[in-house]
This record gives sequence, structure tokens and C-alpha cells, in this order.
Amino acid sequence: MASIRALIVDDSSVMRKIVARSLRQAGIELSEVLEAGNGVEALGVLQENQVDLILCDINMPVMDGLEFIKQLSTVEKAKGVPVIMVTTEGSESHVVQALSSGACGYLRKPFTADQVKEHVLPFLGGTS
Amino acid sequence: MRPTSESPAASQRHQTWTPLLEVAAREVFELMLGCQLTEWSAEQDVALDITAMVGLAGQMCGLLSLRCDQESATLMASKMLGLEPHHVGTEMGDAIGEVCNMVAGNFKNKISGMESGCMLSVPTVITGTNYNLYSHTDSPGLEVRLLFESKPVVISLQIRG
Repeated sequence: MASIRALIVDDSSVMRKIVARSLRQAGIELSEVLEAGNGVEALGVLQENQVDLILCDINMPVMDGLEFIKQLSTVEKAKGVPVIMVTTEGSESHVVQALSSGACGYLRKPFTADQVKEHVLPFLGGTS
Repeated sequence: MRPTSESPAASQRHQTWTPLLEVAAREVFELMLGCQLTEWSAEQDVALDITAMVGLAGQMCGLLSLRCDQESATLMASKMLGLEPHHVGTEMGDAIGEVCNMVAGNFKNKISGMESGCMLSVPTVITGTNYNLYSHTDSPGLEVRLLFESKPVVISLQIRG
């Protein structure tokens, strides 16, 4: 698989680092990791940068993850980029909301590298 | 210790939810920090100067807190970040808040009906021991006392309703 550029959106800088490390542990080669602390920051990052994958928390200040993925359709550079929600909120209603808003997958914290592989790799076919 | 006035419902909750709280904590430490929590049988109180808290609202209202000492919190952050403990700085508060958040989320996701019916607040972290915590709860709390790398970690859940 080719190395990819990932955007990790989470209000916790520690969790952003853990998600990046888990991607690497899952065998996903990252050429660059971009970070944002909320949905508004992430939209700003995507105005300037093309990425191959977005991993996004749901509960965040300023703009939460569900609103962020709704707004993603307005960003030309983000079209077709897979979005995986990474959150402690594991309810079915959250999953349905996230998927109907445009997310393609869902990863519940806490997670293992194997779960990252299972939930993320299927959406990286275009980069291999 | 729980008071003798505890209602049957609260008593039932203690019996069924306390093991779930312990499992939730053990899973978070194992999966995200790569270490096992162990039994802590000591009854005495110890000074734990880091307190992380996450509020719960909805079908279950209350407050989940995780207390430990500064050295343990720094070690948790170092394990989460893959850094040597002496390289951990301000990330310590963020890390312990996230651990508390994941324990709260993992716990409520284990209780039928709470996955959708209970929301979590963003975590808050307090340093120091000289404070009193008043929580709008009307029943005695659940408490799980465990050891992380031989140091105490106390996880408490105060519930209203």
C-alpha cells in the first residue's frame, strides 16, 4: 500500500497522537499526519490540503464531528475522502447519524490496532 | 462504605454495575495503555492529587471520576504517547481526561439502553487535594479501587436518579 496523508480531528492532542500511532501499528504507512482540534479547524486544514483519509471524533467543542462531516461536501478537496468516526459514543443512533451524514466507518474507543485495521483498511483501496 | 439506608434499587445497581465499571476500566488500560490493572485490597485512604471527571446526562445522570497521583498520571500519559515519563509535560491533564472519558464511555456502553440514552461531557481535570466535591446525586456512589503499575487508581461513579 502506498503511504497516505491522514487528517486526525480530535479535541484531545493525546488522542490524535494515539490514533496516528494506531494507524501505523495497523500497518498503514503515513506520509504525513495533519491534525485539527475541532470541525472548524479541520475544514480550514482541508481548504489548503488534500488528504487520503480523515479520522474524526464526535464530541468536540466549536463544531462537533457530525456537523463537520455534513459540512465536508462544501470542500472541494475533501470530495471522496473516506471519513471514519473515532469516538467513545458507541450508540446505534450515533452510528446511524454518522453514516447518514457521510461517514463511511465507525471506530469505538478504546480500540486495538486490529480493530483499526478492520475498520480503516477497507476504505483505503484507492491508495494501494 | 455504603450507608444502611441504601434503597433496594441502589443496592441492586451496586451489585450489577460495579463489576461493569471495573471491566470498563481494565479494558481501557489494557487496550489504550497496554497494561493490566491489578487488585488493590487496601482499605486506607491515600492522597491522590489528580482528579479527572466526566459528567453523564440523560437516562443516567451523574459524575464519573478517576483519581490517582501525579506520578501515575504522568506514567499514563507516557504510555499513551509513547514517551519517556520525563518528557511528558502539559499533555498529562489531557491524557488523564481522555482515560476518564474512555472509562465513562466504555462503562455506559456496557449497560443496556445507556448507549443512546446517556451523553458524556468533555472531561475536566483538577490538580490538588484541598477541595470538596458536591455532586447532585441522591444515592451512594460506586467505587472501584485498583492498582496501575503498583500505584492506586480510584474510579468513582456518583449517580442521580
